[in-house]
Amino acid sequence: MLQRSDNFETDATDVDERERMHNVRPSDWRNPQPAQRYDLVVVGAGTAGLVAARTAAALDAKVALIERALLGGTCLNIGCVPSKALIRTSRLYAEMRDARQYGASFPNDIRVDFPALMQRVRGIRARISRADSAHALVAAGVDVFFGEAHFIDDDALTVDGATLRFKKAMIATGARPDMPAIPGLAAAGYLTNENAFDITQLPRRLLVIGGGPLGCEMAQAFCRFGVKTTIVQHWPLFLPREERDAAQLLSDAFARDGIEIRLDTNVEQVRVDGAEKIVDIVRDDYRNTITVDAILTGTGRVPNVDGLNLEAAGVAYDRDRGVHVDDFLRTGNPRIYAAGDVCLEHKFNDTAEASARIVVQNALFRHRRRLSALTIPWCTYTDPEIAHVGLYVRQARERRISVKTFTIPMHDVDRAIADDEEMGFVKIHVKERTDQILGSTIVARHAGEMISEITLAMVAGIGLRRLAGVIHPYPTQADAIRKAADACDRTFLSAKS
Amino acid sequence: MGADEELLNEIERAAFGYFRQAVNPANGLVADTTRDGSPCSIAVVGFALSVYPVAVERGWMPRIEATELTLAALRFFRDSDQSGSSMATGYKGFYYHFLDMHSGARVWRSELSMIDTALLMAGVLTAREYFSEHTALESELRQIADELYRRVDWHWSQNAGTTITQGWKPESGFLRYGWEGYSEGILLYVLAMGSPTHPLAGDAYDAWTVTYQWENLYGIDFLYAGPLFIHQFSHAWVDLRGIQDPFMRDKRSDYFENSLRALQVQREYARRNPGGFAGYDENCWGLTACDGPSTDAPDVIDKRRRLFGYSARGVPYGPDDGTLAGWAPLASLPFAPDIALASVREMHRRYPEMRPDQRYASSFNPGLVGADGKCWVSAGHYGLDQGIVTMMIENHRTEFTWRLMRSCSYVVAGLRGAGFSGGWL
Repeated sequence: MLQRSDNFETDATDVDERERMHNVRPSDWRNPQPAQRYDLVVVGAGTAGLVAARTAAALDAKVALIERALLGGTCLNIGCVPSKALIRTSRLYAEMRDARQYGASFPNDIRVDFPALMQRVRGIRARISRADSAHALVAAGVDVFFGEAHFIDDDALTVDGATLRFKKAMIATGARPDMPAIPGLAAAGYLTNENAFDITQLPRRLLVIGGGPLGCEMAQAFCRFGVKTTIVQHWPLFLPREERDAAQLLSDAFARDGIEIRLDTNVEQVRVDGAEKIVDIVRDDYRNTITVDAILTGTGRVPNVDGLNLEAAGVAYDRDRGVHVDDFLRTGNPRIYAAGDVCLEHKFNDTAEASARIVVQNALFRHRRRLSALTIPWCTYTDPEIAHVGLYVRQARERRISVKTFTIPMHDVDRAIADDEEMGFVKIHVKERTDQILGSTIVARHAGEMISEITLAMVAGIGLRRLAGVIHPYPTQADAIRKAADACDRTFLSAKS
Repeated sequence: MGADEELLNEIERAAFGYFRQAVNPANGLVADTTRDGSPCSIAVVGFALSVYPVAVERGWMPRIEATELTLAALRFFRDSDQSGSSMATGYKGFYYHFLDMHSGARVWRSELSMIDTALLMAGVLTAREYFSEHTALESELRQIADELYRRVDWHWSQNAGTTITQGWKPESGFLRYGWEGYSEGILLYVLAMGSPTHPLAGDAYDAWTVTYQWENLYGIDFLYAGPLFIHQFSHAWVDLRGIQDPFMRDKRSDYFENSLRALQVQREYARRNPGGFAGYDENCWGLTACDGPSTDAPDVIDKRRRLFGYSARGVPYGPDDGTLAGWAPLASLPFAPDIALASVREMHRRYPEMRPDQRYASSFNPGLVGADGKCWVSAGHYGLDQGIVTMMIENHRTEFTWRLMRSCSYVVAGLRGAGFSGGWL
């Protein structure tokens, strides 16, 4: 039974959903009496907002946190958490189907229990929601307000009829899925990350529009649940920002999974015929029609800047870039900062968190921490995962930096061979004739875990050769990084000999 | 003649034979493959124009026959429909990738191809350099060759951007695929920069080479590209030994040395053989663009394997379905003669069926063995393979095409425009 409570759809009969809603949007919540003046008012209780509020409160600042929807924002409710839970189960199904490859017997009847896996997703969401529940925030010293925030001056805003005055404020309203301008799509109906985790049964045929991280992750997961999946990507490769080899390997992985791949292809229009959605696609001058039962879009995210009355506060913004900030994350109003997806190019959970910490330090302690000083890794959680940190070769060369890449294919790594997870590589880019790490791309089953070692080395200024002297447990897939470091070290030694 | 020389002579002559077999003498167009109904590939015509002089020098073809075949092709392209319509032959001096063998009209809705036009023009310029006698026919030949090269609007192919696009279609305009990373496009850029009429604008070469990746793979430093043909095609015409562009100067290497290293990487990959494919080892290798089995093919027994048909196979990331091009080691002959020849002999010994009629098939797959005990072999022959084999064997034996093209002013201008210097340049 789906019920609407304060515009938030949830299954009131589901114990996990009841717990989650109790944590992230208690139905009996009463907003507190506002303080006379807050040290910091945070608008938006997604990752950035929660981190900023908790950090500031822990430092004895008087903090208000305003959320118009659910605490935890995209990450907890409709983003990283549910999608990774879903992906984990999809990997399990893929491994069961590949059982022979591991020398295991092949289960005779693999049927996807979709209700069970969605129950798992809800259970995980509920569990993680406990950490940042409204009551936990109050206990941490944060005044939590639910409602729409509207700035009324450069040092004040209203929420639910109350006026909150502040010394400093931080806008962290996040972003939402971008809706592609495709004729007929809205009328036909489509899924995004906002509602994909609410479906109660799998579609038989799914079209995923967009070959960015979200589209790729979801296409692979649904395909592994047995859904006949087609992915349409405007660009000639998936993940156009990533290295060609990484994108190519992802295409190969998709093909192995059985995803129908349509690269360099656009969706022209969508029509409805009964329960079916008829989709016209075009590549160059070749036109095709695909019939599916559901469409999922993953074509990007746009910042949430509407309805805040930012003009009243003197905060500049636009609908593409979001809130305009300088390198200190300060808006045009020196009292107001922004963090997270509403203002950042890199719309990642970890970056939102890091940017929130910068804001707390700069806003409350007059530090001069810079966004540009961050070393930001990212990962697309496909199988194999694709993780990156630092510069791409092209970026370095465009800056006239001579680059050398140490490449270790995963088929040269004993543990990857033992795990039958040989698809991928570790590439570490260094400045030519030095061991200074400029960046790295890792394609591997656990690339997201492995990239942190490179990130640490970059942040700490550790050269690649030194990693050769770091003992990596054997056998691990991360040993690929030591092998790359060894190769770098050999280059130096052979140059000297 | 020693045993090696005898073997090379036999293979080279057989490869050249393809062009006599596949040419339409009326218009000089050459079929892409020997398969029934094959259209003309303009790139294969480029190879044909380049190997006719080889055949003349070797005594395999009378000079007058080579002159007439070359003139037939040049006259055809000069007089062809350049309107860019969907059934034309070309546009802006470029040509559609595949043409009807008789009418020369575009087929298969193919793209106006920049790289294939460059391969054609490389052949055109080879002919222009070789046929230097002051006869009426050879004078006309040189005049048309010059006209065709000067007609190519390389600048237009940039589509107002910095780099050359991969193609254009009358129905949809420029393709969105660009040249990314090291490739055979080096020949395209050199020819495009050497044009006295429509050269590239701006820092096109620089903008392309900024996408290069210099990698240490299997302990070998090299300019990375997966398929082997990338490390071979430009070298068929341009003597890249000892000359360096800014990128190679920085790396203290050159493209010739790089092709040797690419060969070593191929052997290392084959030795490791991560896919566990039959036959692979350091003397049995050659992942490149070639035909291959597909699951749809009636002669493929194992339907569970992923097979890629015609594909640009490469190392170390594939695609790799166990298919090798027997001719690929030979096309690397100039870079490492001893290694290439040892591999050629070993592969002949193990899989003699890879050379039906003494001429290399496009590919073979040692892991797909039929009831007769022989491995899967691609049907017929492909012109590109025969062209690169003929030219690279001849360059190894006599440096014939390299010497010719070193005197081509357009190539020299293009190389200098790209920043090459040193060595013979």
